[in-house]
Amino acid sequence: MEKVARQHIIEDLLPQKFGKQGRLWVASLIILCLIGLFAYIRQLSKGLVVTSMRDYVSWGIYISNFVFFVAISLVGSLITAVLRLSDVNWSTPLTRIAEIIAVSAITFAGLIIVVDMGRPDRFYNLFIHGRLQSPIVWDVIVITTYLIISCLLLYFPLLPDLKIMMEFKEKSNTFLLKIYRFMGNYWKNKPEQFRISEKAINILSITIIPVAFSIHTVTSWLFATTYRPGWDSTNFGAYFISGAFLVGAGGVVVAMYVFRTHYKLEKYIKDEHFDKMGKVLVMLALLYLYFNVNEFLVPAFKMKKPEKEHLIDLFTGEFAPIFWFAILTSMILPIIILLFKKGRKPKAAFVAGILVVIGSWFKRYIIVTPTLLHPFLPMRDVPANYRHYYPSWEEWAIAIGSLAGALLVITIFARIFPIIPIHETITETEEHENTHSL
Amino acid sequence: MKTNDNSRRAFLAAGVLGGLAVAGCKSNPFTQDVSQDVKPSGKLVKLLSVDGEIIEVDEAFLKPVPDLPPVSNDIARVGIDGKKFVMVIDLSRCKSVKKCQSACDHMHHIHPGQNWIKVYPMQDAEHTAPYWQPTTCMHCDEPPCVKVCPVDATFKRKDGIVLIDSDRCVGCRFCMAACPYSTRVFNWEDPGLDKTIADQPYSCESSVPQKKGTVGKCDFCPDMVRQGELPHCVSACPNGVFFFGDMLEDAVTNGAETFRFSELIRDKAGYRLMEDLGTKPSVYYLPPVNRNFPYESIEQEGEDKSHH
Repeated sequence: MEKVARQHIIEDLLPQKFGKQGRLWVASLIILCLIGLFAYIRQLSKGLVVTSMRDYVSWGIYISNFVFFVAISLVGSLITAVLRLSDVNWSTPLTRIAEIIAVSAITFAGLIIVVDMGRPDRFYNLFIHGRLQSPIVWDVIVITTYLIISCLLLYFPLLPDLKIMMEFKEKSNTFLLKIYRFMGNYWKNKPEQFRISEKAINILSITIIPVAFSIHTVTSWLFATTYRPGWDSTNFGAYFISGAFLVGAGGVVVAMYVFRTHYKLEKYIKDEHFDKMGKVLVMLALLYLYFNVNEFLVPAFKMKKPEKEHLIDLFTGEFAPIFWFAILTSMILPIIILLFKKGRKPKAAFVAGILVVIGSWFKRYIIVTPTLLHPFLPMRDVPANYRHYYPSWEEWAIAIGSLAGALLVITIFARIFPIIPIHETITETEEHENTHSL
Repeated sequence: MKTNDNSRRAFLAAGVLGGLAVAGCKSNPFTQDVSQDVKPSGKLVKLLSVDGEIIEVDEAFLKPVPDLPPVSNDIARVGIDGKKFVMVIDLSRCKSVKKCQSACDHMHHIHPGQNWIKVYPMQDAEHTAPYWQPTTCMHCDEPPCVKVCPVDATFKRKDGIVLIDSDRCVGCRFCMAACPYSTRVFNWEDPGLDKTIADQPYSCESSVPQKKGTVGKCDFCPDMVRQGELPHCVSACPNGVFFFGDMLEDAVTNGAETFRFSELIRDKAGYRLMEDLGTKPSVYYLPPVNRNFPYESIEQEGEDKSHH
C-alpha cells in the first residue's frame, strides 16, 4: 500500500518533457533573450549612448530592473527560511519554486548591473581596487553571499530527489542522467547523510535571513545614501524589504498556478496553498502600503521645496499615471481581491499575483527615474533630450530579455529537476498516514 | 590639450602667479643658452622677473620652455603639498557670457553638448532678484562622490582637489547620483577626439583624453596650476568673475586682481552652495549685489548663447 503511494507521488512529480505549449514557451523566451543579447552587443560597441539615459537620468530601467530582481529574489528566504523556521508545514511543496525564483532572479540582478556599467570590461576593478566604504561593494558582497546560500538551499534538498531520479532511468535520458550523477552520485540515502543535510539546511535557513535583509537593504541604500529628494529617506530599507517580500510572494503565487495547471499538480499544490499564500500576500501588501504611506505622506505634509516638485510630479504630474497604476496594481487591487475567500481560489489568486508582479516592476521604475529628473539645481546647459527619459528600444529589449532569461532558467530547471520536492513530499505523506493510522 | 604657446606660459609662470607655481620650470628662460650661438636681434622684450622687477631681454634669447611632462597618475592622486585650492565666484560680475564654459569645453575636449561648467539663471524665490550662477565642481571637503565610488576612481587629494581616474572608472555612475550639484557628466559614447589627443595616456590632472563609458567633471585644472597658470575658466572670463587661489596662502586672483581670500569672503559676505548638506565645498560665492550688469537685459543674450 505504502509502496504504491510512493510510486504514485514519484510518477506525478518527476520532471516532464515539454509539450507543444512548453516548446512554444521556451522558444519565445529564447527569442526574447536573443533580441536582448543583440541589443546588448549594440550597446557594447556604441556605448551607453544607445540607451536614453543621460547626465540627469543617469540610472534608468536597468537599475529599476535590478531592484526588481533583487526584490523578487527575497522570496526564497521568506518561503524556505522564515516559514520553515516558524514550523509552517504547508509551504513544503512551494520551497523549491521559491528557491529557484530566488536563484534565477539574483543571477540576473548581477547580470543587469554589469549591463548598466559603462565599462563592463573593468569589472575586475571592483576586486583589485574595491573600496569597502562604498555601498556598491557592500551590494557585491551580500549579493554574492545570497546567491551562494540560495544555491545551496536549492541543492541540498535536491540530493534525495536526484537519487530517486537515477532510480527511474526510463523516465529520463542519458544526458539528464549524467547531470544527476554528476550532482548527486555520492548521495546514498544514508541516515548520516540525512542528518548532515538536515543540519546544513537548518544553518543555511537561519543565515539566509540576515543576508536576505542585507541584499535589499543595501540595494535601498544605493539610493538612500544620496541627498536626492525621493531617495533621502530613513524609511527606505524597511520600505524596500516589505515591497520585496510582496513581489516575491506574488511571483510564487503566479509560478504555483502555472506549474499546477501545466504539470497537473493539483494534488500537491492544493487550493489550500493558494488560500494561505493569498493571506500572506494580503498581509505583505498591507505592510508595503503602510511603508508607502510613510514614504509619501510625511514629506507631502511638509512639502519642503526640493521634495515638492518631485512629489507633485508623482501625485498629479508627468509620472502620476505610472505612480497610481503601480500603487493600485501592486497593492490596492490585490488586497481587495485576496480579502475575499473566492479571491483566494487559484485563478483569482493568480490574477492578483500577476497584478502584484507587474505593479511592482513599475513601482521600481517610479522609485528610480522621477527623482533623477528633479536635481537640486535646475537642469541646465544640456541638449534637449537630456531633460526627459523615455527608455530606448535597446533598453526595453535588454530589460525584457533579462526577464525572459530569468523565466527561462526557471523553466529549464523545472524540466531537469522536480519542481516539487519528491522526497519531502513522500516523507510528509508517510508521516501524515502514520499519525492517521495511530 | 596643451597649446604650443609655450613662451607666453613661461612668462606668466614667472609673474604674479609665482606663488601658485609649485613644480617650477627647471630651465630658466632668461639666461642665454651658451650651447647655442644666438645673435641678439636688437629687439627687446619687457618681462617681469621672479623678484618682481621689470627687465628687458633680447627676443632672440628667449626660447620656449618645453611642455612639462604631466605628472604620473600616482603623483596626481596625492596632490600638491602645502596647498589648499579654493575658488571664489563673484556673482555680481557674471552676465552669462559663458566664455568660461567654452574655454573649459575646448581645453578638456568635452563631448559636444555637454559642459563641466554650467551657468544657471537663478531666482531663489518669487520676489527675489534673479542672477546668473556659474558652477564648477565644488571640490567638496566631504565629497559625496568620493564616498560612494566603489573603485577609488574618483578621489580627494591633500590640496583639496577632487579628480577622476578615467583609466579606473567602471562607469557605475553612483557618483553622479550622489553629487547634489549635478556637476558630473558621463561619456555616453566615444568622445570623438582627434587621434593625437585620443592616443595620449590619460592624465588625472588634465582629465584628457575623456574616455567612453567613464565619468568626467571639472578638475580645477591642476595641470595649469603646476605650471603656474590659472584654470582655463578663470583666464577666459572677460568679466573677472572667477578667482582662484590657495587658502593657506590666503590669496585668490582672477588674473587682473588679487585679493586676500579671507578678507574678500568677510567683506563681501561670501557663502557656499547647499551648506546644509555638509559637503563643505571649496568654491565660494560672492552675492549678486551692486552688479556690474543688469540681469534682465542680458538674459536674452545669455539664452541665445546657450542655444548655440
